Amino acid sequence: MNIGVIVFPGSNCDRDCAHVVSDICGRQTSLIWHQETSLATIDAVILPGGFSYGDYLRSGAIARCSPIIEVIIQFAQNGGLVLGICNGFQILLEIGLLPGAMLRNQDLHFICEDVYVKVENASTPFTNRCESGQVLKLPIAHAEGNYYTDPVTLSALQANAQIVFRYCDKDGYPTQTTNPNGSLDNIAGIQNAAGNVLGLMPHPERCAEALLGSEDGQKIFLSLINSLTTDSSSIAQHPIAHETS
Amino acid sequence: MSSHTPYITKDVIKQHGLSEEEYQQIITHLGREPNLTELGVFSVMWSEHCSYKSSRIHLKRLPTEGEYVVQGPGENAGAVDIGDGLAAVFKIESHNHPSFIEPFQGAATGVGGILRDIFTMGARPIALLDSLRFGELDSPQNQHLLKGVVSGISWYGNCIGVPTVGGEITFNDIYSKNPLVNVFCLGIVEKDRLLRGLAEGVGNTVLYIGAKTGRDGIHGATMASDSFDDSSETKRPNVQVGDPFLEKLLLEVCLEFLENDLLVGIQDMGAAGLTSSSCEMASRSGTGIELDVANIPCREPNMTPYEILLSESQERMLLVAKPGKQEDVMAICRKWGIDAAIVGQVTDDGMVRVKEHETIVAEIPANALAEEGPRYERPVAPPQYQDMLQSLMVDNLQDVHDPTAALLALLESPTIASKRWVYRQYDHMVGTNTIVCPGSDAAVVRIKGTQKALAMTTDGNSRYCLLNPYMGGTLAVAESVRNLACTGATPIGVTDCLNFGNPERPDIMWQFVMAVEGIADACRAFDIPVVSGNVSFYNETKGLSIYPTPVLGMVGLIDPISQVLTQGFKRVGDQIVLLGETKEDLGGTEYLKLLHYREQGSPPWLNIETEKSLFTCMQTLTRKHLLQSAHDCSEGGLAVTLAECCLGTPNHDRTLFGAHLDLSQNGLRLDALLFGETPSRIVISVKPDDVTQVLQEAEACEVPAMVIGYVQQDQFSMRVHDTSSKQTCQIHVPVQSLFDRWDQSLASRLESP
Repeated sequence: MNIGVIVFPGSNCDRDCAHVVSDICGRQTSLIWHQETSLATIDAVILPGGFSYGDYLRSGAIARCSPIIEVIIQFAQNGGLVLGICNGFQILLEIGLLPGAMLRNQDLHFICEDVYVKVENASTPFTNRCESGQVLKLPIAHAEGNYYTDPVTLSALQANAQIVFRYCDKDGYPTQTTNPNGSLDNIAGIQNAAGNVLGLMPHPERCAEALLGSEDGQKIFLSLINSLTTDSSSIAQHPIAHETS
Repeated sequence: MSSHTPYITKDVIKQHGLSEEEYQQIITHLGREPNLTELGVFSVMWSEHCSYKSSRIHLKRLPTEGEYVVQGPGENAGAVDIGDGLAAVFKIESHNHPSFIEPFQGAATGVGGILRDIFTMGARPIALLDSLRFGELDSPQNQHLLKGVVSGISWYGNCIGVPTVGGEITFNDIYSKNPLVNVFCLGIVEKDRLLRGLAEGVGNTVLYIGAKTGRDGIHGATMASDSFDDSSETKRPNVQVGDPFLEKLLLEVCLEFLENDLLVGIQDMGAAGLTSSSCEMASRSGTGIELDVANIPCREPNMTPYEILLSESQERMLLVAKPGKQEDVMAICRKWGIDAAIVGQVTDDGMVRVKEHETIVAEIPANALAEEGPRYERPVAPPQYQDMLQSLMVDNLQDVHDPTAALLALLESPTIASKRWVYRQYDHMVGTNTIVCPGSDAAVVRIKGTQKALAMTTDGNSRYCLLNPYMGGTLAVAESVRNLACTGATPIGVTDCLNFGNPERPDIMWQFVMAVEGIADACRAFDIPVVSGNVSFYNETKGLSIYPTPVLGMVGLIDPISQVLTQGFKRVGDQIVLLGETKEDLGGTEYLKLLHYREQGSPPWLNIETEKSLFTCMQTLTRKHLLQSAHDCSEGGLAVTLAECCLGTPNHDRTLFGAHLDLSQNGLRLDALLFGETPSRIVISVKPDDVTQVLQEAEACEVPAMVIGYVQQDQFSMRVHDTSSKQTCQIHVPVQSLFDRWDQSLASRLESP
């Protein structure tokens, strides 16, 4: 198993993600330069956080033009697992693998702090090691995490259980005061309709060790690894994979 | 060449901030009159900011050597061996003048500059701290400056992906026209691969990489060597503009150079840009450098050699490649999309020779610009007002009559209140090393691949320094040591940022000399080497100087990492112990300023031997894992310290605790007991079973130790008795209300419409 972490100029959580996958979870990981044009040896892709291209123009807007993006889109369309964290989530929105867009945080500040999120859907390849309704404590660190989409798309996200994480209080209730950035419906993370692409604003890689105060984030990585090991056929059997093949 | 020299008038010399005498020295060095370009080069290199001409002879007093010092002062940054083949590289630097004129960019480029100092040494930066001083927040102008500085730091640090893990902010109206922005950065490098700013190997290629050179920041260093007046606003074009994305690329490029062993030396183009980097590299190596400005990548057409040499455009580096490696250097730059150009070569004649194509436009001995610049032993005299400042008839002050109100007022005063509003805007977790977050005595980051962590703190109480600069200097060192001890660390090195007024004034120079002496003596006593630093003079507007503000950035080693301590209480029932003795130390306290409107008196008196015993005691208790928490007593005194212990550790689980406290007044004034700032005191909490041993260990170290209460839930309750057991004071407040006042203070001052 080899999990690829894409490195754009300006990515700055790339090494943090690789550290969790290799040093904490004990799996092989490769840092993949954005000008690469192949993911041949890669089993899952992580788009890490950071400021790709300095977030100039708009978060993720320039990263969208990197050569690796075409390959990632192909990889996802073939059912490959793609996890976008923070800036990675913003890039997934820009390249259309996930619907919607990010606005500036409601208070216009960059916010770095721990938040609680509720696992709304625990049967995804990225959350299968969580309980449904479980509350995780994860750090956020962003200025543009105020998720927005049109009402029709929002209804579809709700109806298809594509809202995977919601900001909530300690007990799991999503309230306005526990929403750090003003995102629609307290959305902290969503997946695509096929369920193989997840984007989330919180940083699970920053809380995957007891030393750093919480191990909650490890669950996301272990879920991903779990999906790749226990059910290797899931990728091939994926509905999207059938559609594209 | 002299035939092309424009006539240098007295006015031109003055505009360049050079004295008549200095001009004569230039003529001596050159053996002729300089041309305008050369004059410009001398003016920046001999500016106070670059040359340290007023401070250098005094800085020699600082202890700079030690068993573990890998690199002392004189390089881009200092370095200390931390074992496992690694060195910690660190430095603190000021960006005061630019931050007043343009707070956002001023602070941002301050962050950019210090980061470059660290990664030019080959070290990957892993932590930033900021020590900030502003005027009081009731003025919109001061709010504007704070918001601008915080967003600038946040913008630059967050984007480049180096966590801002700590620092401090103090408010006093003396900083209204001269806010201070001091930025500390620490990086880690393999000890044997440390890079230096050298230009060795005659014939080796000199390369320029990074941002193109523009007209921004010309004479920035000269500006930073002058006082402010009403026209300071017009200096905004002298402030540089940063690009954190480009710096991130530059960082990765430099570390790739290191990995592939391509360089002889490298230096950041910071203050005085191309000029300082080239002459300092040549001067250090005893070589010369020949540059052709025609090859320098420029942002604008028709830039003159004068402008190119003096530009302070950010995110640029000058480097000397190993023979035959320049193509590899260029290839790495191409990969990351960074401009690179061959601009010259190393020579053997000790000259910095600048050409424009075939024409020589400047030719100056490198030493004259760097090592052999002017040195002044400026006149020194204590200010006439010093006696008045120090006189304080405590007996004439009314003792505190409502201790609860006083405690709440102190907790919500911006200097003491929670800085969450600020550090929430800083990415303090990127890198996944931050173990103790901002808001603690010191920040702690682990060193991946080892069992170690580093603790870092910035400290300096300028009011103490105003009242007694020597004592202020020693107290700053002592508080840093104590802060580190409270995280379980042993100090390994320090970097200093000395912010003062106009050195041409004997009273300011006296403050400087005394403070440096205090720092030197205390560092020597604790055996902590000063490995890098920075002096910022001329923090003065219309004749009004800031308080003398030396800021120390101290680094400590925690080994093994399991010894990490934090300040918040941990468990109901734990016993609370005060280490150290409380004396009647009201002079220069936050309490006196806030409730009696006085910044007067003698600062608390530090006994270095007492402080050393306390440190030894803390080390023993830490090593034996006898401590649940530890928090240093500083601004606001014992009552504030105890309250802060109840308000938890600003980590992932901030849990509030109450405390039940019984204090004995012992003949002290009540306000001195509660809010006096006697140094050498630490509040610890201990499991009930360990109390006896802790008291024994303290006694063995000759440290006074007393159980003063226990941790409980919800309520902060304090009773004070006098010698006849009569109750003299009672504080009884829900901890939640202490927390709310303390936590919301900054936001309520800064977010209100």
